[in-house]
Amino acid sequence: MIIDHFPVLVVVLPLVGAFVTLLAGWADRRLCFPIAMATTFIQFCISLQILSRVMQTGPLHYNLGNWLPPWGIEYVIDQLNGFVLVVILFLCVLTCLYSYRSIHSEIDEKKIPAFYTVFLLLVTGVCGIAVTGDLFNLYVFLEISSLAAYALVALGREKRSLVSSFTYLVMGSVSACFILLGIGHLYIATGTLNMADLARLLPPLYGSTVIQSAFIFFIIGLSIKTALFPLHLWLPDAYRYSPSAVTVLLASVVSKIGVYALIRILFSVFTPAFIIIEIPVMEVFCWLAAVAIIGGSVLAIAQTDLKRMLAYSSVSQMGYILLGIGIADNLAVTGGILQILNHAVMKGCLFMIAGAFIYTSGIRSIDDLRGIARTMPLTAAAFVIAAASMIGIPPTAGFMSKWFIALGALESGQWIFVLVILASSLLTAIYFWKVIEYMYFRDPGTRCAEVVSTARDPPAGMLVPILILAAACVLFGIFVSIPLEVIEPFVTGILGGI
Amino acid sequence: MIETLLPGLFLRYNYYMAVIIMLIGLYAMIAKGNLIKKIIGLNIFQTAIFLFYISSSDIIGGTAPILTSDPASVYVNPLPHVLILTAIVVAVSTTAVGLALVIRIYEAYGTIEEDELIAMEAKE
Amino acid sequence: MDQISFVPVLAICIPAVAAVLILIFRNHPMIRESWTILASFATLACVLSMLPLVFSGAEPYAALFQILPGLSISFRADAFALIFALTSSSLWVLNSFYSIGYMQAHHGKNLTRYFFCFSVAISAALGVAFSADLLTMFIFYEILTLSTYPLVVHAESEEARMAGRKYLAYLLTAGIFFLFSVLLTYFLTGGTAFAPGGILTGQGSALLMMILFITFLIGFAKAAWIPLHSWLPSAMVAPTPVSALLHAVAVVKAGVFGIARVVFYIFGIDMVSALGLGLLLASIASFTIIVASMMALTQDNLKKRLAYSTISQLSYILLGVALLTPSGIIAALIHIPFHAFMKITLFFSAGAIIVMTGIENISEMKGIGRKMPITMLMFAIGAIGICGLPPVCGIITKWYLALGAIEAGQLIFLVVILSSSILNVLYFFPIISTAFFEKPDVDTGVHEAPLFMLIPLTITGICSVLLFLFPDWPFLTLVTIAEAIITGSVLP
Repeated sequence: MIIDHFPVLVVVLPLVGAFVTLLAGWADRRLCFPIAMATTFIQFCISLQILSRVMQTGPLHYNLGNWLPPWGIEYVIDQLNGFVLVVILFLCVLTCLYSYRSIHSEIDEKKIPAFYTVFLLLVTGVCGIAVTGDLFNLYVFLEISSLAAYALVALGREKRSLVSSFTYLVMGSVSACFILLGIGHLYIATGTLNMADLARLLPPLYGSTVIQSAFIFFIIGLSIKTALFPLHLWLPDAYRYSPSAVTVLLASVVSKIGVYALIRILFSVFTPAFIIIEIPVMEVFCWLAAVAIIGGSVLAIAQTDLKRMLAYSSVSQMGYILLGIGIADNLAVTGGILQILNHAVMKGCLFMIAGAFIYTSGIRSIDDLRGIARTMPLTAAAFVIAAASMIGIPPTAGFMSKWFIALGALESGQWIFVLVILASSLLTAIYFWKVIEYMYFRDPGTRCAEVVSTARDPPAGMLVPILILAAACVLFGIFVSIPLEVIEPFVTGILGGI
Repeated sequence: MIETLLPGLFLRYNYYMAVIIMLIGLYAMIAKGNLIKKIIGLNIFQTAIFLFYISSSDIIGGTAPILTSDPASVYVNPLPHVLILTAIVVAVSTTAVGLALVIRIYEAYGTIEEDELIAMEAKE
Repeated sequence: MDQISFVPVLAICIPAVAAVLILIFRNHPMIRESWTILASFATLACVLSMLPLVFSGAEPYAALFQILPGLSISFRADAFALIFALTSSSLWVLNSFYSIGYMQAHHGKNLTRYFFCFSVAISAALGVAFSADLLTMFIFYEILTLSTYPLVVHAESEEARMAGRKYLAYLLTAGIFFLFSVLLTYFLTGGTAFAPGGILTGQGSALLMMILFITFLIGFAKAAWIPLHSWLPSAMVAPTPVSALLHAVAVVKAGVFGIARVVFYIFGIDMVSALGLGLLLASIASFTIIVASMMALTQDNLKKRLAYSTISQLSYILLGVALLTPSGIIAALIHIPFHAFMKITLFFSAGAIIVMTGIENISEMKGIGRKMPITMLMFAIGAIGICGLPPVCGIITKWYLALGAIEAGQLIFLVVILSSSILNVLYFFPIISTAFFEKPDVDTGVHEAPLFMLIPLTITGICSVLLFLFPDWPFLTLVTIAEAIITGSVLP
């Protein structure tokens, strides 16, 4: 039955798609978009099917080449993978749709086949990370997605995109090296690379320094990947100078898969017992996340460039996810995982809007956005909704994740983090409200009055994904029970009942 | 005291070598301003990890892991070799992408020295 | 007893739907404005239709969906909620007409945004009124903040933008405190549903309860108690209909309404009085009453003086709540509609003067009473009512408040009430005497405002008198029912 091969299809399909796109691109450039679109869409449907099967029958196991684990590579999909897979593919489909119009104005015509090829390779990488149950396989897919991401960043027309891509490459490779080291340590100690097997073999070895240093390597490596605060320096430039569609991918897909890998390694390879009791690393983790939340917001306030501001805001919002994980309480982890979805949706929406401004008027600076709401009403309205969600105003999605994380912090008695979450809402309000005030309540500045007055809402190909995501910001807030239904079994599974 | 420490130190000297090489690579990445040298540093760093893997699989007196008629033959663990083969592929790809970027940077800026790049960006 | 009914939800949805329709018909001013009018009547009808049920002792209740155990979006139209809802929705009808007249006379711009935000704000105010739990209330409270922000910044001048920033800075910060309180309440009790007698009893140490009470108070900065009041005078840069309905009725009453809800339905009277929190609230309220009245004396801008008067009057409600006695509660609850009717009359009159003459300062209003006699007569009625003199409804509040102070044995508050009355007279009567008895410097051809504005302000003025003559229907009846529920006594 083909349905049994879905876990591997979700990885193989974009890989094949990438080559087909490359070949088709030689024949006719216009073929690339439909192929990429069809591939991601079919993948999205597959991922939905996988998730529904996981919800009905529990985790799926797929042995590559019928080699039994722990010898062969095993793909395992439980509620967390299924959820993350659906989220990232949802964003990939929308980004692909969005890229059709936006990418033409941002990269050279002849590079379009290359863009879609690398795009599909990136999708291969992130889907691979999501489904694999093997640590080394995870490393390989992490590198595939990262390499694709470096290339995509370098596609930007501005020459600074090259330098930011190079910085990203160096930082990314170092982080991958640390992860590889961590994997090596675990292998030396246990002789296996299968995650489930590791989780079984590790507990007696928790006292060993080898295991502990492996853990530290993982934390450092993945912190760079997810741009945890002091290690975030590559992020703003990479986000700022990439083409809009690529920024959306980086912010809502690549960063999310890094967090997924972190959760998987923290909770499924190691166990909560280890990360909470054996080394007090979670405490440090929480504080770093708190610094990220506040520091990212403060830096975002200081920005004058819209995309850069959103990039720093990402640093802050990723801090929420990491704080949720770091508190390691049922509710907080639920909130953290919920934030993966919510942040992907809101930040995807915001970066798409920033791209829409660049597309229609070439405006990048917040200052120049004055009065743009009059000529781009729908885009501006979507911005308001997504910004409200970032601030955490009910009933938007962002509120719900903050609610859960704060509740978790209260439950575990860590009051200080409740205050951090609440204070950061205010900081977030400051920088987003500035943009909203400029868009709605100011006359266009003299410098770009003409550009602003002739700007129009972007074409449907860009507007539809923006509006879908803006609607999702509200819908996932009101119907928060839908993602919760998926997340809760996983969290209960790893941390015990609520 | 030193007598008790030394054997342990020399017993695992392969790991210490790996760490030293790793640090050399890391130093090159941070301290060198030339982008090519940074990539070389990255390569040294990666190679150190490869050595670390490979040396961990070795067994004194072990043979190559080839199926022989002698059931008592001691052979080294082949899996790390296989893993590192993959990791080398990854490292080569990373290097390739990195070098391609350096070429593009040179075309765009006319230099690959980091401090000059920063100065040029600051001027813009 | 609860009776499942979606009428409260409907009442909240009507203005929200109207807001969408207003957006759709943004290029047809006539159709757009008629949606506002239609929606206001429909909302009022909706609210009125619940009255018989509530009079008979039932409470329409609707739980929409559950987020977590003990955490749901639910609505209940009890007598207490209806007092606020009825006030807002009935005044919205008049205010819609007035808005149209005001905006026509004032050549207002961005009217689609104006009417859109207005409808959303009313929807949110009704949401605050009907919410049956803290989370729902918080959601609508935040929507109310955001939807009124564009109205404050409506003029798009630098002054308006500064006021808007201040408005958001105060109210969003307050929102954070509110959120914290909701979180903490949910954490302590596992639920946030309102229940007469409170849900917090025995759920935490006295110190924790005090902290929670204070964060709640800060959270409800919309009640504009001093020192969290300064957003309100700044917000007076908004168009007058906004100041009239939102910043004298819907928004600020949402604040005091919230405090009352929390005191009676989350903490419970017993706990508040046992911890001495009533005294704390009463002291804040008394301080606000006196200081705001004094500040009002120093204002020459008419709308600002009215704003300080609002701050002072809102604390009457808080004082009534804080007394924790039956008469105090009645005074607090009855002052919500009464003050609304009187203050909206005052703002409507002020708006009429601004539109017809462009004058905003009291010192320039010499002899205006002769040019605009009806407007100024209604203004005088409103002013007399606020001062607590017959034959306007304000005296009823003062009467119950004084009774409440005596019941509580706190005669000091009697002094506060009396001295505040004197201050009220001091800041209102100069306006009336300037308007009627001083001669204008130059004679200009000023006349009465257009009927769209004049009729609503006449109606509210006359209503203020009628409410004195016939207070029972519907407000005093509702208040008695609500008071009986809150104190747990048997219905008369």
